[in-house]
Amino acid sequence: MIEILSASALATVQDLGRTGALQWGVGTSGAMDPLALAAGNLLLGNDEGAAAIEVPVFPFELRFTEDCAFALTGADCAARLDGLPLLPWWAHQARAGQTLQLGVPLQGRWRASRAYLCLPGGVDVPQVLGSRSTQLRGAFGGHEGRALRRGDRLRAAATNHKNSASGFGLVPPALALPLQVDGVAAMRVLPAAEYPLFTPEAQQAFWRDEWKITSQSDRYGYRLAGTPLEAKTAIEMRSHGIVPGVIQVPPSGEPIIQLADGNSAGGYPKIGVVIEADLWRIAQAAPGNVLRFVSCTLEEAHAAEREIVSYLLRLRRLADYCRFPVSEQAA
Amino acid sequence: MNADTPSISMLGTSALLFEAPGGMQLLAQQRIWALAREVARWPGVREAVPGVNNLLVSLERPPAHRGDLEARLLAAWDSAEALGLKGRVVELPVVYGGAGGPHMADVVAHTGLSVDDIVERHSAPLYIVYALGSHPGYCYLGGMDPRIATPRRKVPVLSIPGGAVSIGGAQTGVSASDGPSGWNTIGSTTMHFFDPAQDPPALLQPGDSIRFRVEKVIR
Repeated sequence: MIEILSASALATVQDLGRTGALQWGVGTSGAMDPLALAAGNLLLGNDEGAAAIEVPVFPFELRFTEDCAFALTGADCAARLDGLPLLPWWAHQARAGQTLQLGVPLQGRWRASRAYLCLPGGVDVPQVLGSRSTQLRGAFGGHEGRALRRGDRLRAAATNHKNSASGFGLVPPALALPLQVDGVAAMRVLPAAEYPLFTPEAQQAFWRDEWKITSQSDRYGYRLAGTPLEAKTAIEMRSHGIVPGVIQVPPSGEPIIQLADGNSAGGYPKIGVVIEADLWRIAQAAPGNVLRFVSCTLEEAHAAEREIVSYLLRLRRLADYCRFPVSEQAA
Repeated sequence: MNADTPSISMLGTSALLFEAPGGMQLLAQQRIWALAREVARWPGVREAVPGVNNLLVSLERPPAHRGDLEARLLAAWDSAEALGLKGRVVELPVVYGGAGGPHMADVVAHTGLSVDDIVERHSAPLYIVYALGSHPGYCYLGGMDPRIATPRRKVPVLSIPGGAVSIGGAQTGVSASDGPSGWNTIGSTTMHFFDPAQDPPALLQPGDSIRFRVEKVIR
């Protein structure tokens, strides 16, 4: 069991998200960086989609109330267990009473802004509508349908975990699958249906400019600041289903990327869609930083998805290989 | 867009948006409901979700033959017959204007109508739930008087409260919970639209109806 010591840090319980509930207006939620979630779970021998704690605000502190293995992925937060430094993207073992502290993400070897804490078997919260992810707007799922706060106690789903391997780590996707343009974090984008309705100047600016991630950016969406993108004429559409990654442009001209907790439908014109394979890159781009959009074809998007699949396959093989002897010892 | 022929566009790699031709019409919506039922049964389709005169088709994985899928969608639309869903009628008391209707002034400015005219026109129709979407339990309603149509806001509001009655373009609806919205809020009501412990979790379904009863007008 763990006990949260931080007051309110917008940390939430997330798995790989909720599918099949769009018909009731329920979006996917789920980990903003699904690769970090999957990797953390692999380090512990969990299902890749087991629920974990997503931490977007630091410092973040918790106490282990019993012996417990755990894994940290996502941002490198210079984590410390009772003051002793821990490696990121690594599995660790805590003793009852020890305190885990995650600091402000380091921007050294890779830039990232969200950390994931995985526990053996996943965080033990009930499934609601097929997922353990927190649906913040609907106030259900996760831990009591809300962000975690001081005093919350959470349990790992597996108690006698045999796979508490330490001694191996995994390579973050930021190092394995880097993507930058002129030193700026980049996301690949498929043009969307209303792309042709923007002025040529707006289309050029969209690809050419750096976009600043404003402070009004969170799990719902990222609001970007830059040269306003003008449509040739005012566009007023009938509301339609959208997916995480859709880049809407309201009449103000400043784009909004809809993300995991975003509205499942909308009516602002869409200039593009960040490909699914790059959503984790947005998740790890912090407010205040800039990002670039890179035009991509459907074929390139498919290739990017295959790259993610093979990256995860490599992690899975490594995790299976490294955990094997430890499992034997524990058995 | 409101073209003369249906249009299909990709939404990323694993979703398609089908849009019916013409303006916002109940008959087209009834065909969308029928199309949704049909498409949801197709292999590889994760969900088929009606919007307002359109249908989002979310796929398990990127389609191998996109052209085939689009042709099949168009054929299914051509043969889709209006599905006349008859549902329940829910009456919602609304306080129009005041603190709960912060954008009433914008609707007045855009339409040139008085607050009373807007309230009268907004509360007159029996609105039909066209689709659910946006956030848990939220209903897109058809049947609003086009004279009170008001464009979506230039910059969406970061959070409007649950129960907010708002106008976005030619559409109207009631927020089921606090959250971001680009619509113009003209009033407020109270109702629980969503309970994950119920089956179905949403209070209203496509084909149900809402009547707004004027409880009070704050000018």
